[in-house]
Amino acid sequence: MKKGYIVLIVIAVLILSIFLWFKGSYNGMVQMSENVSEQWSNVENQYQRRLDLIPNLVNTVKGYASHEEKTLTDVVNARAKATQTQISFDNLNEATMKKLNQTQGELSSALSRLMAISESYPDLKANQNFLELQAQLEGTENRIAVERRKFNEVVKTYNADIRKFPRNIVAGMFGFTPKPYFEAASGAENAPKVEF
Amino acid sequence: MKYFLFLIALVWYAGICPAQDFPSPMQPRRIVNDFTQLLSRQEQERLEEKLRHFNDTTSTQIAVVTVSALHGYDPNDYAQRLAEKWGIGQKGKDNGILVLVKPKSRNENGQVAIAVGYGLEGAVPDAVASRIIRNEIIPEFQNDRYYEGLNKATDVLMKLTSGEYSAEEYAEDDSTGYAVAALFLLFLLLFLVGSLFKSKGSGPRSGSGSSHRQAGPFIFWGGLGGGLGGSSGGSGFGGFGGFGGGSFGGGGASGSW
Repeated sequence: MKKGYIVLIVIAVLILSIFLWFKGSYNGMVQMSENVSEQWSNVENQYQRRLDLIPNLVNTVKGYASHEEKTLTDVVNARAKATQTQISFDNLNEATMKKLNQTQGELSSALSRLMAISESYPDLKANQNFLELQAQLEGTENRIAVERRKFNEVVKTYNADIRKFPRNIVAGMFGFTPKPYFEAASGAENAPKVEF
Repeated sequence: MKYFLFLIALVWYAGICPAQDFPSPMQPRRIVNDFTQLLSRQEQERLEEKLRHFNDTTSTQIAVVTVSALHGYDPNDYAQRLAEKWGIGQKGKDNGILVLVKPKSRNENGQVAIAVGYGLEGAVPDAVASRIIRNEIIPEFQNDRYYEGLNKATDVLMKLTSGEYSAEEYAEDDSTGYAVAALFLLFLLLFLVGSLFKSKGSGPRSGSGSSHRQAGPFIFWGGLGGGLGGSSGGSGFGGFGGFGGGSFGGGGASGSW
């Protein structure tokens, strides 16, 4: 009779502690995944900000350097491509990340070519509007770099957490998958230098 | 075993070495951290006093830092990382600004960057930060007038962040008319104060170190020195409480001279 009670209590305590552990792990992962998702939207916002800046920039440059047709259309095309590759957090994986890196990287290099040719147009360089746009572009490139770095930091904590034993069991059960990093090598990590 | 521990210590030290690219804030804590002695002692103190007072009244922290090298970072990038590391501004408000200067050296251009905290990006957009660098800082720095450049830039930043005028107003401001009038008034006032102190016999301040100043400003600083000396005794500011953990998203601008 007494023994039965003890066994029951032990089992109850065991079940309760397993439940609490599950709950803790699960909620922790939800929170962390939420952080990653929030940081991802910060990255996206900055990319969007750059996309929004480009039409104005292209028009201003066109006014002074209209025969640089190719460089200008390169930027416009790269922008169009980048606009199409917007990735929601749920679709974020190695493959989509790679695609994003590629299109945004192409846009970065088209933009830096555009800024390079503006060097040879003194009137353009003296244009107040152009100077402001240049400053905004430079600031946006920095913001992209910063948000990407912060994204990598939160992903690192999240990935480490869901891969550790025994929490990886919980992660597997509820479908928490590791998230990809931004590669430093793709160029945007160190914001491209926009020379004056 | 001993060697092993030593080895571990060495590896650990090597691991944290990249952090050496970014200095730690000076002790005791200051808001002006002039690591390269770009400013004279008095200039540092004047700037420190002004920015500390601004921090005490508005909680907005405008830090001025000079470093001797950027260790291969882009000026904006370096400024952002340093500002984030130090946590300039208040946590949650993210109302910090860092004005970073890497002075000109024999074979390198001088670099200046303004990093703006998340919370102030609206008050000081990138284009305005860039304009401050082009209009207030670079022209002075080109003539080796470092204090003047930093003083003017921080004045504008203070006005922008305290809402005294908006970014649009600063952009439209022709800046010459205003500045000349303000300077004239200031000069007149300080001249009067200065002569008052002179007549009270605070003593001639012969050769107070301002060798490159003209006769007018000389009296001007003499008077100011006397005035500040009197007031700072009574005001009894506590020390600078340190940076509050503000965060930076890469807003701001940079320039070189």
